[in-house]
Amino acid sequence: MSPTFQLDGEEIPFTPGQSIMQAAKAAGTYIPHLCWHPDFPAHGSCKLCTVKVNGRFGSSCTMEAQAGMEVENRTAELDDKRRTLLQMFFVEGNHFCPSCEKSGNCALQATAYELKMMSPHFDMFYPDRPVDASHPDVLLDFNRCIMCSLCVTASREVDGKNVFAMGGRGILGRRIHINSESGRLADTDFALTDRAASICPVGVILEKRRGFVVPIGERTYDKAPISEQVREKTS
Amino acid sequence: MSDTHSIDIVLDRHRRDGTHLMQILRETQEQLGWLSPATLTHIAAAIGWPRAMVSGTASFYSFFHTRPRGRYCVLWSDNITDRMLGNADLMDAMCKKLWLEPGRVSEDGLVSVNTTSCTGMCDQGPAVLVNYRAIPQMSQGRLGEMVGLIRSETPVAEWPAEWFAVEDNIRRRDILLAHDLVPGRALSAALERGPERTLAEIKEARLRGRGGAGFSTGLKWEACRNASGTGSDPAHYVVCNADEGEPGTFKDRVLLNSYSSLVFEGMSIAGLVVGAKKGLLYLRGEYRYLLEPLESALAARRQEKLLGKNILGSDFEFDIEIHLGAGAYICGEESALIESLEGKPGRPRIRPPFPVTRGYLDQPTTVNNVETLAASCLIAAHGGAWYAQHGTEKSTGTKLLSVSGDCERPGIYEYPYGVSVRQVLADCGATDSQAVQISGPSGVCLAEDEFSRRIAFEDLPTAGAFMIFDETRDMFEVARNFAHFFAHESCGFCTPCRVGTTLVKNMMDKIAKSHGSPYDIDELFKLHRLLQGASHCGLGNSACNPVFDTLNKFRPAYERRLQSLDYEPAFDLDAALSQARQMTGRDDAAAHLHNEETT
Repeated sequence: MSPTFQLDGEEIPFTPGQSIMQAAKAAGTYIPHLCWHPDFPAHGSCKLCTVKVNGRFGSSCTMEAQAGMEVENRTAELDDKRRTLLQMFFVEGNHFCPSCEKSGNCALQATAYELKMMSPHFDMFYPDRPVDASHPDVLLDFNRCIMCSLCVTASREVDGKNVFAMGGRGILGRRIHINSESGRLADTDFALTDRAASICPVGVILEKRRGFVVPIGERTYDKAPISEQVREKTS
Repeated sequence: MSDTHSIDIVLDRHRRDGTHLMQILRETQEQLGWLSPATLTHIAAAIGWPRAMVSGTASFYSFFHTRPRGRYCVLWSDNITDRMLGNADLMDAMCKKLWLEPGRVSEDGLVSVNTTSCTGMCDQGPAVLVNYRAIPQMSQGRLGEMVGLIRSETPVAEWPAEWFAVEDNIRRRDILLAHDLVPGRALSAALERGPERTLAEIKEARLRGRGGAGFSTGLKWEACRNASGTGSDPAHYVVCNADEGEPGTFKDRVLLNSYSSLVFEGMSIAGLVVGAKKGLLYLRGEYRYLLEPLESALAARRQEKLLGKNILGSDFEFDIEIHLGAGAYICGEESALIESLEGKPGRPRIRPPFPVTRGYLDQPTTVNNVETLAASCLIAAHGGAWYAQHGTEKSTGTKLLSVSGDCERPGIYEYPYGVSVRQVLADCGATDSQAVQISGPSGVCLAEDEFSRRIAFEDLPTAGAFMIFDETRDMFEVARNFAHFFAHESCGFCTPCRVGTTLVKNMMDKIAKSHGSPYDIDELFKLHRLLQGASHCGLGNSACNPVFDTLNKFRPAYERRLQSLDYEPAFDLDAALSQARQMTGRDDAAAHLHNEETT
């Protein structure tokens, strides 16, 4: 018998060392998240997976599951905080879903639908984030970056290339740095076949000449909400 | 000498070791003025790091310049205490004399003038950093002279020496500042007792961390001692946190200036207890001027056999390295500090694991405040029982307070724990005090009816800042200054702090411009609740404290700025045209749009 903890009253089994998120995922229960990916160590930055453990807030992707824990997940209080976090993402970047190639395949958009975010609420920041179209096969549109660092990790851990790194500080400075003196992707050894090329949960890293090959309406999250795809997405 | 040759000398001095990247970048910048793309490429290749990681670090710290900066870089300390001493007018006057806009380098590349977070000179402000050298007590007279020296391109090294004099301003001494320990006394007592019994004395003294959190020093050292090192190069480390970045705090500056022997000896005692051979002192970049004196003090201790191999004839080996920070408040957080020591951006780590088991280079590391380490010398020399007689039951010993703001005698006051706020106010000559900010922006703001509260872990824990505001001060502006501080210093790692601190700043600015409404106040409370629970580290968790405290205790300071009790639009029609006005060089009446309430 594996030990268990309570997640919104549901009994979740876990193996020691698993995070709350990993155990929930294995049990097919959705905890909203953006920067976490089952293939990589937890980053813990988006804070969307914030849960309440025995009355205290914590990130479910970094907290180890313990037997007998009582974890709140989809409560009104927590979803309200998550909605505010999503609104923060939408105002700090430049997100225009209707014209975005990633619409329907975008985790940010799908999570906002899931949590019924109806407006950005805060004033938009309209940051100036230039795109990088230098690479022959890939376009980088940093306007949509949510600082999850998945591309950084994938390039380092899987591709062994370190094409990306997180640099700078705070709302104005923090951004992805490209591993070349020019700062252009074309001057790196990045390739379309890299794991990092297909890891972006939003629409920053896009394959060129593939725009709208799958029509809107037939995309991943058009078919079912993100919360119902928790099992299949383990690929 | 070519640029690459200068860089190579720096690189060789640091054995091309990537963990020294912060020092390599700073020393290179001191040589070349800034860190050009080619410089970063060269450094990355030499230390064998991906270039993106090197530029990631270089771009994280405020004191590193990845764009050309002026040959003279003037930074005005912008803590609220500097504001109260008139830094804004002085900076404005300086910009006018130099025909400059703040934050921009002059066309001829001569000079730039900007603000920076508190430089730790609150008892002798307004303060500036010129090419990262501290100059306190700025005045109109000094300003005029300084502008002349900049125009004539006189090297900073040739500026009047008295400008760089930083006073200790010690106003009250107790067991620490009035100690009578000669160098080596505490360490030889510790060596005689051995690590276990020294640890027992520290525990008996019930010493707690002076950085504000108050964790038991004995337990921390014990956990570090009991943890085993890992990998091919197992070791234990002692880190002294001298990244005194909390606005209003400057006690470590004084300890490092006049009591460095105690600090280094405390690090050595910690090294003995936890089993470390190496100590690292992380000195904030604002205290760059202390680097050479501290290096000389270390050299002297090596001469006296107080550092190095066979310390005082024993088989104990320990040495200390100084690492300089580069303008990032977040590095005061212990795991961010360790990241910085390893040459990376100062981003707090996911905890657990805590540094005592996996810290510097993933090895067991004890990170202690400057004052905690100094206090450990008293315990080593006089015993834990003696030390525990001072202070209160739960807060033994004494605390250094950095007193600044509206009082006659700002400076350092050492009190046994348990002293009341009112007592401190009386001693420093504060009259008509309206509020005291304890432990800086991340601490608490006290109103007059709370002045009988006591400085102690069980009542008011503090890292030492004690900023006084008299009745003439506007507490809204105090909170707004702190909101700007947190937005500037947020590392940007987690969403609530990265975006939330800027949202709070913008809302405070909106209220300052009389565009606020009760709706905005509700929004501030909502953000406070989010940041407090969901942020990755203490910075985000406490970033809304000053707003929350002043909203609760000084509500009228906010309400008199609210235009109406209903919603007010944040959009300012006229301000939206400012860029167009700048581009066309117009500022006549027809180039302005009036907002509804002014027409």
